[in-house]
Amino acid sequence: MSDFPRPDELYKSIDYSPPATGWMDTPIKFRPGNWCYPAKPDVLRYVHFPNPREWSAEDKDWKLPENWQDIIHQGFRERLKKFRTFQVFMDICVRCGACADKCHYFIGSGDPKNMPVLRAELLRSIYRKDFTLAGKILGKLNGARVMTEDVLKEWFMYFYQCTECRRCSLYCPYGIDTAEITMMGRELLHLVGCNINWAMEPVANCERTGNHLGIQPHAMKDIVDFMCDDIEEITGKRITVPLNEKGHEVLFTTPSGDFFADPGTYTFMGYLMLFEAIGLDYTMSTYNSEGGNFGLFTSHDAMKILNGKIYNEAKRLGVKWILGGECGHMWRVLNQYMDTMNGPADFLEVPKSPLTGTVFHNAKSTKMVHICEFTSDLIRHGKLKLDKSRNDNLRVTFHDSCNPARAMGLLEEPRYVIKNVVNNFFDMPENTIREQTFCCAGGAGLGTDEFMDMRMRGGLPRGNALRYVQEKHDVNTMACICAIDRATLIPLADYWAPGVQITGIHEMVANALILDGEKQRTMNLRQEPLPGFEEEE
Amino acid sequence: MNALYSLVFVLTLVLIPLVGVGAADLKTIFGVCIPSTAIIVFVAGFVYKIIKWSRSAVPFRIPTTGGQQRPYDPTMFKQNKWDNPSTGPQTVIRMLLEVLAFRSLFRNTKASLHEGPVVAYASAKWLWLFALLFHYSFFIIVARHLRLFMEPIPGFVNALDFVDGILQIGAPVVYQSDAIIILGLGYLLGRRLWDARIRYISLVNDYFPLFLIIGIVLSGVYMRYFAKVDVMAIKELTMGLVTFHPHVPANIDITFFIHLFLVSVLLLYFPFSKLMHLGGVFLSPTRNLPNDTRMNRHINPWNDPKVHARPYADYEDEFREKMVNVGIPVDKPLPSAPAGAEAPEKA
Amino acid sequence: MQYGGKIITGLIIFLGLLCVPLLFNTASTGNAAYKQPKLELPKDEKKCIESTEFMRREHMQLLNDWRDWALRDGQRTYVNAEGKPFSISLQNTCMKCHAKKAEFCDKCHNDAAVSPYCWDCHIQPEGLSNEKK
Repeated sequence: MSDFPRPDELYKSIDYSPPATGWMDTPIKFRPGNWCYPAKPDVLRYVHFPNPREWSAEDKDWKLPENWQDIIHQGFRERLKKFRTFQVFMDICVRCGACADKCHYFIGSGDPKNMPVLRAELLRSIYRKDFTLAGKILGKLNGARVMTEDVLKEWFMYFYQCTECRRCSLYCPYGIDTAEITMMGRELLHLVGCNINWAMEPVANCERTGNHLGIQPHAMKDIVDFMCDDIEEITGKRITVPLNEKGHEVLFTTPSGDFFADPGTYTFMGYLMLFEAIGLDYTMSTYNSEGGNFGLFTSHDAMKILNGKIYNEAKRLGVKWILGGECGHMWRVLNQYMDTMNGPADFLEVPKSPLTGTVFHNAKSTKMVHICEFTSDLIRHGKLKLDKSRNDNLRVTFHDSCNPARAMGLLEEPRYVIKNVVNNFFDMPENTIREQTFCCAGGAGLGTDEFMDMRMRGGLPRGNALRYVQEKHDVNTMACICAIDRATLIPLADYWAPGVQITGIHEMVANALILDGEKQRTMNLRQEPLPGFEEEE
Repeated sequence: MNALYSLVFVLTLVLIPLVGVGAADLKTIFGVCIPSTAIIVFVAGFVYKIIKWSRSAVPFRIPTTGGQQRPYDPTMFKQNKWDNPSTGPQTVIRMLLEVLAFRSLFRNTKASLHEGPVVAYASAKWLWLFALLFHYSFFIIVARHLRLFMEPIPGFVNALDFVDGILQIGAPVVYQSDAIIILGLGYLLGRRLWDARIRYISLVNDYFPLFLIIGIVLSGVYMRYFAKVDVMAIKELTMGLVTFHPHVPANIDITFFIHLFLVSVLLLYFPFSKLMHLGGVFLSPTRNLPNDTRMNRHINPWNDPKVHARPYADYEDEFREKMVNVGIPVDKPLPSAPAGAEAPEKA
Repeated sequence: MQYGGKIITGLIIFLGLLCVPLLFNTASTGNAAYKQPKLELPKDEKKCIESTEFMRREHMQLLNDWRDWALRDGQRTYVNAEGKPFSISLQNTCMKCHAKKAEFCDKCHNDAAVSPYCWDCHIQPEGLSNEKK
């Protein structure tokens, strides 16, 4: 990325005026930075997806199956029957354009096909041609067009330039949900073997090892032990983490990104310290060492297959309920899909906090509680000893992750926790937070380095809002409750608001948390000096 | 270009009754046959479309949530019940706000870039306002037309007529809804023509109904305020349609046949076009379902039990040795070690 | 058909609303054919101040003009197309021939949901109700 434009150059390159040629007549161009690498053949073979092969989006020949048009047509027809969303959204858009400037990729690129309405028209134009009488007769006059290889390439480009963040859906007068459109588009692309490695390899890994990163059980044990070493160094306390143990009360599931890369690891240590502080009777699992679900970005079947491990493991280990860590799309799946796909969880009990007695009736069917709900309840009942001043070096803002915001509504719980563990909290401007939050531009399987150009463009709205509070309130930390965010917001902040670090909420919780019998804490989980201990360095 | 096609198309539609009634004197065809057919096609097409939509499954409950969820303890955080409903009645309110007040469009903002760089978002409620004005005027105008289809005229139609002309300007009095719908249509057409971005996404499918409705409104306005057509003769015709005594009286102005023909085209076109958002807005699964999926299990009618996770046993088979080596509990012990290998500890 | 009950209910309500005119007319008049109202014309006068066609189209505008001329300009005489003068007066000119409002004005106005505001100021001719008989 040496030839990567500077922020001001990138900013100047954004032009919202559409090209002179109509969108159906404007060819697209794959160039480094605007597409993600295709899935490796081995990966596709492992998950039994069709047409594994070596190919590149910049190739002229995509090596599609001979009858690919027929496959797409049949797949389209099948999905119109299986998803009312799809059928209705194909028919009722009035192209009012309210969605146009709601998409972060449009705001950052100016590419008209990144307007959600045109992203959907890519499918709708084919729908009209193949499934409506008027489209068959009137053709282009009716906004219909024939399915060609160029159209398929457009699909690949733009359904992999959408992070399924649903921001456009919020503003649509009919609730047309581009995430749903993109999911359909991607499912159709899968049928002819056009998919991206950054989504498919995690799916294959998760299927095999239980987590996206392909960490095998013994390696996971090593990682957890290593974190316990760090915790011991910081707090002087040795804690143990139960893995795959039967007979505990709670199964804890969190995205595997938290085991693996900073700053997710600090959040993970935060969970462990929290559970130690309250003496939670829990276990984790290597079989289900992933809460996140790249199946959501792949297909409904893949989503179901990956998600199924959570209930499988809860049943096998005989826990009473499940606690879920900080993760965005994981919580979309847990909230809107899990119970339907893999329920009913009648072998579990309605979650009840063993410390406060609070019964989580809002999760009475899935039996799965968000850790921010759990922790906010602990704080409210005074079950945690907290020293907020340990976080006084932090000036914090909070990035609402798309999925907890627009597919759940988890807005106040995380803020409550943050405000109880830090003294300096500042929200970003209201058009960029809560249900109107902007995506990190790396979700839905797009958080890969070869896509950095589009990620930085799509990151403009979030980065700019961050820059605003950085300049106004000296914010130096952006908290989030999403493992993808913890990976993707770092380059975003470095690019658009340099000097802001990214953290998970439970990292800050653990910094403030006073464990029984801990030694005097002089450093935070990152092993940087706490406020007041800097001179000892 | 798309706008031009649509305009030409609508003008052609105007010519058809002009020639058909004016020159060929096909009054029964244009006064009775075409409108009756249009109504039948409209009703049948509307029902067909709704049934077609409803035959598609709703496998998942995926409302777009626009505010705080129902918290685990309602006293702890305030739920945004209308934007993130968790019960049926709350969802009904969300839908009413959506259908009657265009709630989502009310959120509209406009993003703009400034030096800095700064991305700014300004409230942009014009589309909401004019869309609302257009739709409500349209509704009032349709309801007012009941005076031509009912005898005796019920009180609410009289009242509506009176209120719509309450400013008592001119004779016959000007309906406010006529002025407002022209305003609304003007805005909706204007933004499609002037806003480069909207123009770029607009299809013939978007301009055509706009021009068609403009044609209907203008012909109606012309009849009332300029041609001052014989309303009683027209009522005889329209009443004939709804009482199944079709009859075309003399003394009906040609403008009426143009008006009626354009309305017939609108009715014919309606069920097969984007205008079906009238029915579709009620069927949008991101709005019409409560966000209660952690409390109540939603059933997917095509859930396939053959699609399932890799079983744990399969996983353990692959990794058992590695698990045992680091002390992770397993369900099945390792196969007994070959002679000479170290024995399990508990032996 | 998921949520079929709710959808069919909604559809029936929609169709019901569309059928309101049909049902209403059947209930009120037994679906009898509608005929344009027959106006009671003056027995001793064959010609109005202007042609019948003109009066049908423009009477509302003419009355408006009369009001303005008489009340605002003090002009009390109207000369028609044939040069014949008439006194500008609703009571004394119009109502002299069309004495029964219910048999003349109201006939069409009621059927067309028109409620002119003549009688906001003028006293309605005695004994004649605004209601359709």
